[in-house]
Amino acid sequence: MDGFAKYLGRRLFQFFLVIFLGVSLAFLITNLSPVDPVEQSVALMTNFGATDPRSVELMRQALQELYGLQGSMLEQYLAFWGRVIRGDFGPSLSAFPTPVMSLIMGALPWTIGLLTLSLVISWSLGNLLGALAGYYRSNLLLKLSGAAVMALHPVPAYIIGLCLLLAFGFIWPILPISGGAQMNLQPGLTLDYLRSLILHGTLPALTLVFVGLGSWFISMRSLVSNIVTDDHVVYAELGGVSSNKIFSQYVARNALLPQLTGLALSLGNVFGGAVITEFLFNYPGVGRLMIQGIYRGDYALVLGVTTISIIAVAVAVFIIDLIYPLIDPRVRLS
Amino acid sequence: MFKILRDLLRYNIEFAIGFVLTLAIFLFALAHFWAPLPDTAIYLLPPDMPPSAQYWFGTTSRGQDVLWQMSSAIWNTMLFGLTVTILSRLLAVAIGMLSGYLGGRWDQALMTLNDTMIALPNIPILLLVYFVMRDSMSWPVLAATAALLGWNYDARLIRSVTLSLRSREFTRHAVFAGMSVPQILVRQHLPYVMPVIFFTAMNNLIWAIGLEVTLSVLGFSDINRPTIGGMIYWANQHQAIIAGIWWWIAFPIIAIVLLFLGLFLLAISVNEYIDPRSRLSRMGA
Repeated sequence: MDGFAKYLGRRLFQFFLVIFLGVSLAFLITNLSPVDPVEQSVALMTNFGATDPRSVELMRQALQELYGLQGSMLEQYLAFWGRVIRGDFGPSLSAFPTPVMSLIMGALPWTIGLLTLSLVISWSLGNLLGALAGYYRSNLLLKLSGAAVMALHPVPAYIIGLCLLLAFGFIWPILPISGGAQMNLQPGLTLDYLRSLILHGTLPALTLVFVGLGSWFISMRSLVSNIVTDDHVVYAELGGVSSNKIFSQYVARNALLPQLTGLALSLGNVFGGAVITEFLFNYPGVGRLMIQGIYRGDYALVLGVTTISIIAVAVAVFIIDLIYPLIDPRVRLS
Repeated sequence: MFKILRDLLRYNIEFAIGFVLTLAIFLFALAHFWAPLPDTAIYLLPPDMPPSAQYWFGTTSRGQDVLWQMSSAIWNTMLFGLTVTILSRLLAVAIGMLSGYLGGRWDQALMTLNDTMIALPNIPILLLVYFVMRDSMSWPVLAATAALLGWNYDARLIRSVTLSLRSREFTRHAVFAGMSVPQILVRQHLPYVMPVIFFTAMNNLIWAIGLEVTLSVLGFSDINRPTIGGMIYWANQHQAIIAGIWWWIAFPIIAIVLLFLGLFLLAISVNEYIDPRSRLSRMGA
């Protein structure tokens, strides 16, 4: 139990450090930049129509108060932390006066759903294919599918998504290419709505699956082909243990552990891919929200989404780390 | 060096394909120095011309020749990738080797920082940097930011190599002979780390080019400088797909996918060369 407590302590420390550094980084980037967010927002608003100088001045003061740009750097930093802890990033400028936080909360379930589904599919499919390809090395079918998966691996999410969009949206239009669900349907647990949800999610999820598949395949295959030459596997083969049992009990089980760590490490990158995919398919998640915020010059929204996404990824990594000892007995014992 | 190259070309089919692909695309990109048209000027040619004998890959709605536009776009994209790779290699090597060699507190501190960086999602941070920099965002700034985010995985890998070198006999000899830490690291250890640097550089290059494409596609870079992502951005701006000007978007995508494929094949075959275990297993030993 001592080993587990130590492990938990380390992970907890890491968890808080990630959040601390990430939030500080977001603060520093916005505060050390040569661009004044208040002036930028003021410029953006006055662009839309002539405003008299007095109301511009009033707006400037309101914005300065809102962004906590008064006082010393340290005071601003502490005020920022206060806002992060309260989950209050002020009202969004592009969707005034909706608070940034409620925009994020509306988008977060979409992103979490899309990410979880595609991660589970690509992780299990990639590992299964990789393990099989590493164990049955002479199988032609596995070799061919492996080559296809690996060729797809270095291509960025946007390009894969764009190709899928062209293929299933224009050339053979069978799937919706935009949005999260049909507009005129009432959200709820109805069959129609669920059907629409799945249809709209297929292409974005497929994009993310294709993006992730290759790396799981490659690392699993090399892990398995190393384990296959291990003494205990050779011994089991000589002892006449059936090859199915060797594969599932001796080889795949051992190789899955490092892959679970990989899952935690890759989350940050998968999230990045989701941002791009959501934008491409106009999927109503956090990524699209952020990119819209950038296009509209919505300072509060962009800062809020960055901070929340850093925290969300850190929480997900932490949860995977907590599950890890349940599967790897060595962490519990050591 | 040439002997290694020749052997790889002769005996490793992946390397041969990857080498030819990458070289062809590199030569194509190099050709932009002799382009008949300036690469940033627009409305020089009749817009929306389909591929023909005169304009091989057609022209864009902005009156540019897709062929020559692509040539300089690939050049700029590759240049960005190489800059990021070199900068982030310097960071990864410095931090990985110091962490592995010094050990103890230094190792702990550096690797805690490293693990934290790994857990941070890159894209939102890059987007935030772009958002606050806006007009002063040039490609060197973007490259430096990407390099600051791209060293962490590889620093861990380099650390593990240095860790095993530290306990070797020759390191102790060097210490007793009075070599300083930088001398040991550069003269004694670096040659052993070199293959890892080379291999991670290939992967990092692929990552950096993908990043450039991703950011430019959204318009989050210097959009007047032609890049592959930038071409797709302008095609989207002019709704090329809906208007049926497929050549504007299809050729850049084909080019970038070929480049990725070439670099990827090079990366896996170089890895195989460096790590003989995978070569043995492929031969069926």
